Amino acid sequence: MTQTDPAPMAPLSKKDYKSDQDVRWCPGCGDYGILNAVQAAFAALQKDLDRTVIVSGIGCSSRFPYYMETYGFHTIHGRAPALATGVKVANPDLDVWVVTGDGDALSIGGNHFVHALRRNVGLKILLFNNRIYGLTKGQYSPTSEQGKLTKSTPMGSIDYPLRPVNLALGAGATFIARSIDTYGNHLEEMVRLAAAHEGTALVEIYQNCNIFNDHAFDHFREKDVRDDRTVELAHGKPVRFGKDGNKGLRLNAELQPEVVTVGVDGVTESDVMVWDVADPSPARAMALSSMSETAFPVPIGVFRDVARPAFEDAVRAQLNAAKEKGTSSLQSLLEGPDTWRVG
Amino acid sequence: MESTSVPDPNTTTERQHPVQELDEVIIRFAGDSGDGMQLTGSQFTRTTALMGNDLATFPDFPAEIRAPAGTLPGVSAFQLRFSNFDIHTPGHRPDVLVAMNPAALKMHIHELPRDGLLILNTAKFKPADLKKAKYDTNPLEDGSLSGYRVVEIDLEKLTRETLADSPIDQRAKDRCKNMFALGVLYWLYNRDVEPTMVALDKTFGQKKPDIAEANKKAVRAGYHYADIADLFQSSYRVAKATDLPAGTYRNIMGNQSLCLGLVAAAKKSGLPLFLGSYPITPASDILHQLSGYKSHGVVTFQAEDEIAAVAAAIGASYAGNIGVTTTSGPGLALKSEAIGLAVMTELPLVVIDVQRSGPSTGMPTKTEQADLLQAMFGRNGECPVPVLAPTSPSDAFDTAFEAVRLALRYMTPVILLSDGAIANGSEPWRVPDADSLPAIPVHFAEQTPEEAAGTAKFKPYRRDPDTLARNWAIPGTKGLHHRIGGIEKEDVTGNISYDPRNHEHMTKVREQKVAGIADDIPEAWTLGDPSGDVLVLGWGSTRGPITGAVLKLRKQGLKVSGCFLRHINPFPRNLGDLMKSFRRVLIPEMNRGQLAMLIRAKYLIDAASFTKVQGLPFYTDELCERVEAILEELKR
Repeated sequence: MTQTDPAPMAPLSKKDYKSDQDVRWCPGCGDYGILNAVQAAFAALQKDLDRTVIVSGIGCSSRFPYYMETYGFHTIHGRAPALATGVKVANPDLDVWVVTGDGDALSIGGNHFVHALRRNVGLKILLFNNRIYGLTKGQYSPTSEQGKLTKSTPMGSIDYPLRPVNLALGAGATFIARSIDTYGNHLEEMVRLAAAHEGTALVEIYQNCNIFNDHAFDHFREKDVRDDRTVELAHGKPVRFGKDGNKGLRLNAELQPEVVTVGVDGVTESDVMVWDVADPSPARAMALSSMSETAFPVPIGVFRDVARPAFEDAVRAQLNAAKEKGTSSLQSLLEGPDTWRVG
Repeated sequence: MESTSVPDPNTTTERQHPVQELDEVIIRFAGDSGDGMQLTGSQFTRTTALMGNDLATFPDFPAEIRAPAGTLPGVSAFQLRFSNFDIHTPGHRPDVLVAMNPAALKMHIHELPRDGLLILNTAKFKPADLKKAKYDTNPLEDGSLSGYRVVEIDLEKLTRETLADSPIDQRAKDRCKNMFALGVLYWLYNRDVEPTMVALDKTFGQKKPDIAEANKKAVRAGYHYADIADLFQSSYRVAKATDLPAGTYRNIMGNQSLCLGLVAAAKKSGLPLFLGSYPITPASDILHQLSGYKSHGVVTFQAEDEIAAVAAAIGASYAGNIGVTTTSGPGLALKSEAIGLAVMTELPLVVIDVQRSGPSTGMPTKTEQADLLQAMFGRNGECPVPVLAPTSPSDAFDTAFEAVRLALRYMTPVILLSDGAIANGSEPWRVPDADSLPAIPVHFAEQTPEEAAGTAKFKPYRRDPDTLARNWAIPGTKGLHHRIGGIEKEDVTGNISYDPRNHEHMTKVREQKVAGIADDIPEAWTLGDPSGDVLVLGWGSTRGPITGAVLKLRKQGLKVSGCFLRHINPFPRNLGDLMKSFRRVLIPEMNRGQLAMLIRAKYLIDAASFTKVQGLPFYTDELCERVEAILEELKR
């Protein structure tokens, strides 16, 4: 019998990743841009619809799985990383994505978020950070800035905001990137890089909530300011920004970031720091992720990308090692070492 | 292993003392948490099991790992009852109390009958020890122990003398005194010392041969000391139990039995077992034991908290494993929302709650049955879940197997309510023939030709008309990608739906699915006649004491029967009729009347509730008294 190759499948296009469900986010929501970029990235990667699982928690962002033509599980508030861990460990062949928000991942689900990162489970986590609670209609979130006026903070929020990238660095995350909802191509690239990572990959996505926190990111993402107010981190590249590309960042002897201009005050190209995503220490990444948004440009791109064995692979390795030592029969397992006969 | 004749390890002299035959004995070992009472008790249990007696045990220990030595809160005890006939409980008042210090004496002496045998470690009755136990006078001297058959042994001195040549340090030598005491008891009850020699070698042998040798020597020395020191007027013998069904037996604790039931069910269903768990007393041993079954493909995941544990188990079930989570009452409370998700998404899940005394932290090492209503109703919305309860340590095997079967067949979470007494109690178990355990059929959905051709769309909530179970389409299945979640679903399609009528329909479907399990479980049966004056109805671990009481009362010719529920939601179909065949129904529970509330609500019968919330099981005698009081009322 001759083997014939199956007819080659037509490549999947972006629309093949769209489900037949009506998208129910508010018109103008930043989530639309993210959905579009993820569908584009999945099409570029030709992701298998049957092997891809998107797990979400609760919140506006967590409706995401319904709009994707893959396997999807819309779970409960904050628990998506824990549930997704069970999925990935049970079947490591699945491509498991977690979609979450700043409230879901950092407030009610902070514990699971931290532990997924430190275990390095093979999950790709897309964290939609809009710095507000949208689905509950406008309370401050753990990433809201101090002084924020919301329904629950009529005199301004007194909570100090959490920085997701700092938290992830502290938890030992092996891949951390950041992008912005309106930066379609950049966001698509970050999603693709996350997809290629072994272990947990976190992509923080600044996402505008045009109903409850409109213009939250305008001060650095709008066209007229973005060149001066954002800085791209890419492995092996100098950390430069500005309309003319002549500004750069460097760390001083105290590891404090400084903005420099190449050609001014004797600053040369070699004074600008060169980004290393695999830096043995997370200190430099932490220095940049801790910068004030008003005094410094906002970093986007890949903060960190280091290799560490994925949790689910370590689980399998132990199972296999135990099996290699030999398996007892069910009967002998039931009997145990000490038995006696009656009759 | 066949029991052997009682060996004398080093000499061949015949016993000089008379040997009395007994039908049963209850021994209670009590000492400081650091005295190794649980180890002593479990060694005596193992030996006794291997010698073919029926037995039941009740370990009773404090929650503190090491309460201050010698104090009352630090007392740890282990009760063992063994017999030559079929027994059902670890008994109440001991025949023998071994008290390793004054605190142990003070905590337990009130339960020793007046002519009972009291073995005391005199080394620990110094003024400082007495003060720690809050004794004003020395009970060895103040006459308060008159009436007991007191046997005083300086265990510390004798153990040190025994181990004079041992290279181990003094502290390690002193720690062998429990083995000396065990040796004394082995002589007294004509037990075989060999199984303990083997066990000690296994425990310490390879890494600490000196410790193993010292412990073995202490056991032998205690045995000889009892023989030559004329401590006892006679020794005792309890013959093998012969009324047990023929078969291969082992001794088993409830937590062990649950693990084996889960693994057996996994093998019989052909699915991998995934345990998500967070350590909690008294359920942690299940996590420990299943962690050792990696060669059987069992994955254990020690999660960051109780919620992550159940969430991961649900994720594993979604991916086609048998998801299991184990906990105790406080953990079940934390898992409530996630169990609701599993109800809504109709995924299989087994939730094991090893109940302990509550509320809140309560008494973590003490038993109770007060999570029944939490298991039934402790979730938001109308959220029915099947509830099962093992009735003994060995029954936990069958109950765990049944929980997996129901979860897979009906696509539902199942809550299994064990309790502390079952978890740590032990009894002989007739090991089933693995080949004869029933297969658990599993059906994963596959793409139909119509779906493949694009003329039909996959329907994740299409149901089996018999069980009402929905399709289980695991990720990775070709063509069946679909979305599920906690939002209300339209039946059949699984699309999000806020339609009022659909919600009511789905609520009823979820309810009917669980209620329909009644047709798939055994009917309730009675111990004794199926009608009469009083039916004593129990669930879970009250089976042992109720059995003891019912058999005792029936011997007196009283029209009393027992009924034991393993399935609580749904109840067996015939339960209502069965209860109505008796003039009164009495429901003893280790709570404040939770099953009684369910029974009264569902069947509108005037069931009498009898409750105990002391962190202790019922005693046969107190049940008998209660039934007798009801019989008196019925005469009026």
